[in-house]
Amino acid sequence: MQYLMTVVEEFLPGGLREDPAGSATSSEAAAIDAFDDRLRAGGYWVFAGGLDAPGTATVVDRRGEDTVVTDGPFLESKEHLGGFWVIEAPDLDVALGLAAEASRACRRRIEVRPFL
Amino acid sequence: MTGSDPRAAVARAHREEWARVVAALTRRFGDLDVAEEAAAEAFAAAVERWPADGVPDRPGAWLTTTAIRKAIDRIRREQRREEKHREAEVWSQDATEPVGPVEDDRLRLVFTCCHPALAMEARVALTLRLVGGLTVAEIARAFLLTESATARRITRAKAKIKGAGIPYRLPSADDLPERVTGVLAVLYLVFNEGYLATGPDTDPVRPALTGEAIRLTRLLRTLLPDDGEVTGLLALMVLTEARRAARVDVDGRLVVLAEQDRGRWDAALVAEGHRLVRERLAAGVAPGRYQLLAAINAVHTSAPDAASTDWSQVLALYDQLVRLDPSPVVALNRAVALAEVDGAGAALAVVDRLGDALDGYHAYHATRADLLRRLGRTGPARAAYRRAVELAGNSAETAYLGARLAELG
Repeated sequence: MQYLMTVVEEFLPGGLREDPAGSATSSEAAAIDAFDDRLRAGGYWVFAGGLDAPGTATVVDRRGEDTVVTDGPFLESKEHLGGFWVIEAPDLDVALGLAAEASRACRRRIEVRPFL
Repeated sequence: MTGSDPRAAVARAHREEWARVVAALTRRFGDLDVAEEAAAEAFAAAVERWPADGVPDRPGAWLTTTAIRKAIDRIRREQRREEKHREAEVWSQDATEPVGPVEDDRLRLVFTCCHPALAMEARVALTLRLVGGLTVAEIARAFLLTESATARRITRAKAKIKGAGIPYRLPSADDLPERVTGVLAVLYLVFNEGYLATGPDTDPVRPALTGEAIRLTRLLRTLLPDDGEVTGLLALMVLTEARRAARVDVDGRLVVLAEQDRGRWDAALVAEGHRLVRERLAAGVAPGRYQLLAAINAVHTSAPDAASTDWSQVLALYDQLVRLDPSPVVALNRAVALAEVDGAGAALAVVDRLGDALDGYHAYHATRADLLRRLGRTGPARAAYRRAVELAGNSAETAYLGARLAELG
């Protein structure tokens, strides 16, 4: 099965992260790289990526006649998607084990969701 | 042919074989829905056929075979044969892999139903339905839910198991202790909901739930005989259940331990609980939370009357428990023992420090009220009883606390 592991990025009043974009610190980045290597070695790796700050997002809506373009994220919230992994794992127990490692590496919470 | 009463034989088979049938079918067909329905149909067939044809020599084998036939019928009917076969193959491959220390399908079923990725209420409903064999209506009644809400809860849980890929296998050795703890939490919650039923107009005790929790814990003990906490939880449950008849008076009012008629305790259950606690003591392994709670209950049930309770032993066990679980609720219960050893004043000083954490908990106010009363501080005692009455959800507790409040005048 394939699972999406998303990184829950939190901004608290006063700023939780050193970097206003929420980017990983150098020690976090090193841990994430090591985790990525482990995913590849274990045959779990499909794809992964980190995302820029929500302020860089643009929402596009062409459900009606015109294209409406809006600056900023779809939802303003204290939590947003900071990055993700797509993994291949035999079952949820394996995926949850990998998510625990991911959480330790990037020091953020991870949401695990199966693909259809 | 066993020659027994067919209806009793079906009831007995339901108690003893339900989980085994569901578990075997889940393994074979890789689908909890199919397994649950086919098992129910097989028992319905037994109700119909056993009185006419006689009770089979091996009721479990008859039920499993019948259920497998029903499942195959259903799969054909639904014309989703290939898809199901494919899934069944995936799971039967898993089944040939080496698994953990115990090979029993029922244990896999328990771990699947109590998976930590499911919400607690979903685990409880699913375990009672698939392992316990309770009907949706029975579960709904026990938890004061509508049948449709209960059915939805179970359906949603099964959909998550399937969609998210929650496996039907024993946890790895690394995960096992944590996962057993999760299963025990589900069983203890079922027991407590039976023992301290909430809701102003409900029976204060629901023996169907306490009985079911004990039955499932007994099953878990046969599957994991060397797990001290499983044995500890069973001991805790039977020692609590033993006091059930003495715990609520004819007016539906709670009778606290010190005032219970000990002659009404169930001697057989007390003896079983004591035997289980001794078994754990003999094992010489550091006890976990349930074993300590069981040991505390064993001390209480060993005393012929309340006055001869070995409170210093109770306090020593609570000291051990606090080290394992430094939660304010455990500290509160320890304070009750402390009051008996060092006096109500010492206990009150401890209890007062827990106010921030436990202000919304009726037992905190009830304990405080009792200590204040014993210290002759009637005014504050009265206020604390009032607060406890407001917060208590169990009808017997509310009645008891109201009576205590009235006694203060």
